[in-house]
Amino acid sequence: MNTNNYYPQAQEFQKELNSRYRVASIWQSLFLFALLIAVLSLTALMYNVIDGAFGYIAYEYKNDPSEFTSTPVNELTQEELLTILQSNLSSGAYKKLNNEQAMQTRSQADLLNLFLERLVQVDTKQTWTMTESIFQREKILQETASNYPEARIEFRSWLTPQFLVSPMSSRAEFAGVRTAVLGSLWLVGIAIAFALPIGTGAAIYLQEYAPKNWFTSLIQININNLAGVPSIVYGMLGLAVFVRLLEPLTSGSMFGISDANGRTILSAGLTMGILVLPLIIINAQEAIKAVPDSLRQASFGVGATRWQTVWHHVLPNALPGILTGSILALSRALGETAPLIVVGASTFISVDPDGPFSKFTALPIQIYQWTTRAQSEFHAIAASGIVVLLVLLLTLNATAILLRNQFQRKY
Amino acid sequence: MNFDLKKKTRIGESIIQGLLFFAGILSIFITLAIVYELGKEALLFFNNPDVTLAKFLGGTTWQPGIGDYGIWALVSATLTTSFIAISISLPLGLAVAIYLSEYASLRALSILKPVLEVLAGVPTVVYGYFALLFVTPVLQNIFGNENIQVYNMLSAGLVMGIMILPLISSMSEDSLSAVPRSLREAAYAMGATKIEASLQIVLPAALSGIGAALIVGISRAVGETMIVAVASGAGPNFTFNPLQAAETMTGHIARISGGDLSYNSIDYTSLFAIALMLFLVTLVLNLISQWVVNRFRERYE
Repeated sequence: MNTNNYYPQAQEFQKELNSRYRVASIWQSLFLFALLIAVLSLTALMYNVIDGAFGYIAYEYKNDPSEFTSTPVNELTQEELLTILQSNLSSGAYKKLNNEQAMQTRSQADLLNLFLERLVQVDTKQTWTMTESIFQREKILQETASNYPEARIEFRSWLTPQFLVSPMSSRAEFAGVRTAVLGSLWLVGIAIAFALPIGTGAAIYLQEYAPKNWFTSLIQININNLAGVPSIVYGMLGLAVFVRLLEPLTSGSMFGISDANGRTILSAGLTMGILVLPLIIINAQEAIKAVPDSLRQASFGVGATRWQTVWHHVLPNALPGILTGSILALSRALGETAPLIVVGASTFISVDPDGPFSKFTALPIQIYQWTTRAQSEFHAIAASGIVVLLVLLLTLNATAILLRNQFQRKY
Repeated sequence: MNFDLKKKTRIGESIIQGLLFFAGILSIFITLAIVYELGKEALLFFNNPDVTLAKFLGGTTWQPGIGDYGIWALVSATLTTSFIAISISLPLGLAVAIYLSEYASLRALSILKPVLEVLAGVPTVVYGYFALLFVTPVLQNIFGNENIQVYNMLSAGLVMGIMILPLISSMSEDSLSAVPRSLREAAYAMGATKIEASLQIVLPAALSGIGAALIVGISRAVGETMIVAVASGAGPNFTFNPLQAAETMTGHIARISGGDLSYNSIDYTSLFAIALMLFLVTLVLNLISQWVVNRFRERYE
């Protein structure tokens, strides 16, 4: 046999090989391009959020501060502010504020905000993003000078400690996320208190007890499906079941607490609980699966019952995995918005939630509301709210990763 | 010595087992509750004299005020945004998956994986903000303000594509890495380059897993709410033009239920009809993808 019939000539072979390598490098650069897009998108998103949270603001005072005091605004002390507020606010308004939080216990920054909001009445004319503020500084100053000759202009960070502790306000300059963050914490707390025990129980049942038959695989398929149901459908379920059907329970009227409707923290928390339940079950199942069979057999071997085996050997070993899964489910619940809209989060609430039967708002709801407002100052506080939400989520996820690394056992 | 070695009935054990069994079957009740509650209200909707199933499934205008309930006015937007999202996220996600499973070094993996995980973990309302306040202005610069509306399906679809990308890439990567090493080595032994082995041997072998990823991706896109609620427009509009504003099924539910809604009104029941449809569509998609994944798993184990 003549091998020359099977192999191309050396030159031709080299040529063909080169072209194959060329194709390979083209493909490889396409792959890198795709990765680049993913990384760039994340960068753009982060930049977009940070960009929105800082920038120039042009505002006017409706009433000049000198009408109330001779001291410059920035040098006012707590006592001075108290007297100004007391003498200039209507007694009804003062009493209402005092009821929300005693005036004497409020900080100077808080009182200053009240002074500016209620008496001086800051009127925001325009805001700019950070990039605009840095690169078009001259233009912004000129525009402001010609459009609003009265306006003061300053570079403002919308994300301030004050933003974290202030309640909602209809004016973006004074709004904060305290009510929303507290609402979110309540929600997530109820959701996890509902879903963690049930989810772990379901996982134990499926991994340790369930016989291998069609019914068990039906449950399994069903759980996998529930994990893929759109969150807004869970919202509709919550609306129909918790808000309407179980209204006496979820509104608290059964316990004589309030006679409001069923659109409460409890309803929303339970809806969230049902939403994250499949995730918790699936994660807990994985964790239980990872516990080696030798442990179970050793336990059975010394005469332990099934539950003793599960309680003393399987669960302690699976616990880090279960907790990691729950934290991930928790962060999912923290960021979910759509079901809350459907279940009926209130959009404007300035009073802290005080129990499972109060009306509520949540951080993602506020971000949604602020984003959809037309005025740019609301976009700025939406961006600040997003930073708060992302920091909360990052903390949660970092905890999950630490937990996983700390307790990870290799069998 | 006399031991009683008979099996004892332990009441405590039985109670615990009963509780665990209840926790296990609760998920079935949840599914039944979804079907029952959505179905009940949807039936009320279809019992309304203004509504016929034919008009619901065939009509292209959705104007509850004058008794027009044509679901296509909402479905068109859902299809358009989902189509844009998938045509972004499938090729990109697949490319990322091939790179991660076949090419990336351990160091590259340790940087890239967290990036994808963060992308997957960003709440959708944040993507909505990004779509409305970053992508839309960029698109307005590209197409010109007069050609593209402030609220448009293109921006929502693109951002949705980015949101789904990590899902598709991680599912595809799983199925690519599940292809046995021997297949790749056989290809190398025949003189294939790395890319030839990846694209002609590994990729076809993992195709069913990638198909499952695609289906899950579609189901996520169809059910996604916040991005479209923020960026794609508020008002049903029968159009497939991505530069126009139109409301998706999910966006419509979010907008209407966010307002004051009286129970038993037709607006209220119509939302349940839409939600039921969403549920059924995603259910079918998820079932198909699970079936595909299970078949694929059997092949290599």
